[in-house]
Amino acid sequence: MIEIENITKRYGDNTVVDTVSMTVEPHTITVIVGTSGSGKTTLMRMINRLVEPSEGMIRIDGADNRSIPGYELRRHIGYAIQGHGLFPHRTVGENIATVPTLLGWDKKRIAAKVEELLTLFQLDPSAFGPRYPHELSGGQQQRVGVARALAAEPNILLMDEPFGALDPVIRAKAQDDLLAIQKHFGTTIVLVTHDMEEAFHLADKIAVMDKGRIVQCAAPEEMLVNPATDFVETLIGTEERPFRLLSIGTAGDAAEAGEAQGEPIAASLSQREALSSLLWSGREALPVVGSDGAPLGRVTLAGLARRAARPQ
Amino acid sequence: MRRFLPNLLRLAALILLIAFLVRPELFEPLLKPLVQANAPAIYNQGSLLSLTLSHLATVFTATFAATLVAVGLAILVTRPVGAEFLPLSRSLVNIGQTFPPVAVLALAVPIVGFGEKPTLIALFLYGLLPVFENAMTGLSTLPKAIVEAARGTGMTAWQQLTRVELPLALPVILAGIRLSVTISLATATIGSTVAAKTLGEVIIAGLQSNNLAFVLQGGVVVAVLAVLIYDAFSAVERALARRAGRV
Ligand SMILES: Nc1ncnc2c1ncn2[C@@H]1O[C@H](COP(=O)(O)OP(=O)(O)OP(=O)(O)O)[C@@H](O)[C@H]1O
Ligand SMILES: [Mg+2]
Repeated sequence: MIEIENITKRYGDNTVVDTVSMTVEPHTITVIVGTSGSGKTTLMRMINRLVEPSEGMIRIDGADNRSIPGYELRRHIGYAIQGHGLFPHRTVGENIATVPTLLGWDKKRIAAKVEELLTLFQLDPSAFGPRYPHELSGGQQQRVGVARALAAEPNILLMDEPFGALDPVIRAKAQDDLLAIQKHFGTTIVLVTHDMEEAFHLADKIAVMDKGRIVQCAAPEEMLVNPATDFVETLIGTEERPFRLLSIGTAGDAAEAGEAQGEPIAASLSQREALSSLLWSGREALPVVGSDGAPLGRVTLAGLARRAARPQ
Repeated sequence: MRRFLPNLLRLAALILLIAFLVRPELFEPLLKPLVQANAPAIYNQGSLLSLTLSHLATVFTATFAATLVAVGLAILVTRPVGAEFLPLSRSLVNIGQTFPPVAVLALAVPIVGFGEKPTLIALFLYGLLPVFENAMTGLSTLPKAIVEAARGTGMTAWQQLTRVELPLALPVILAGIRLSVTISLATATIGSTVAAKTLGEVIIAGLQSNNLAFVLQGGVVVAVLAVLIYDAFSAVERALARRAGRV
């Protein structure tokens, strides 16, 4: 759990984060959105003390984050950034091993962890472990960057526009990987993005920042129904609301009893993607299958339309 | 294949150099035409090999000391605590470079006496600038995301420096050392005027007795050494840069 209390950051006379308070529940994903320069990165970097606040306090699992040295704190908080920041003179394996090495894990344990993570990110350990970062594609580098952030099994993972530089296909894949990993490790994630679609897809809670303040911090559905300010409403995009609503839930959640003809939809896809498949196939209903291919029922146009309507 | 011919030439130069230093008399017929009838064609007032070795030792000692100081200064002034020393360090190092080595020799002899010491001082001062400037550039132009990541993973300031910043700046620092060594190799010859054992002795002996062969062999040995050492440094820099994916 991360408790941010009245945190303020000033550079000279310029207040870039202004008395922000918010709580990030354990094992959840909180996504911070907002215009450029609104203080998202600064706020996030105060959690692992890459930036020291001017005022206020941040508690992690109840303890003031200033109670241990900054470098010590950062070894226990994963941090992944846009452009990944991999060390070019270290192999992929060595990059992932960075924090475990700093923590003094023994060699065997480190090697096992590196292998586990590379496998988890679908990179063959024997092929990719010994390579240098510049021998990887952008998407692969990005995955290694996230793997490095996760290597010491941190309870908390901070991600600053981690998928910003990826093409839409790899980006969607990276988001799904992240959700899978979050389930796997139960990590508490704070993620900054400019992509509202990404925010609605990933978030348990969305925090909207504007000029250094948090104007609303709420569950995605709540934010759609009751945007706190015009700014939040504009950011969500009024004409996108039904689709945003659909992109929160999965096709599995929307499955109804019954059968249908046609190309089956994976239960892990969002309802928005399910709607898209329905519209494109010209059918009223399509079957839904689990990850093992077992039939879970069907999704229908009418059912999705009901879910896309303004919640009462 | 592209590098094959140059490498062959380098190897040939190295073999010829060693052969000349170990068995100079083999080359006598080549140098004979350059001297008058009775004059010796091969330097005969000492061993060429031992002069060369002490020349190299002087150069490497001076460059090593210059590197330690220059890199140390560059590290200091690229840290937040040392930033205010940057202008001062720059001026000091610049003075070292602009002060002519001959003048340094002349000033140093009354203080430390004749021999290697004044030469070491002159070479040390002269060698600071290239290493300092390159180390500064190398350490201050590291990609921001990488330095950020080093901090973000929980490295201490010392770990950031030794595990990330210095290794990444190494090719650029080496380029500075390479310049410094090359300049020193040539400059060390003047050390012979204050009785340092360097290859300058051969050249000066040649000038004094009007022996062109002496001047030539002293000069050529220094030049070949400089070229070979320069190339060796370049090769190491390239290998390091390639590994870091910056070529
Ligand atoms: N070290 C610093 N010194 C002075 N001002 C800074 C510093 N770091 C950030 N700022 C200022 O603080 C403000 C917020 O910056 P921040 O990086 O937190 O924004 P952001 O919301 O992450 O923006 P973006 O979406 O563009 O990444 C900006 O106006 C920026 O210029
Ligand atoms: Mg930012």
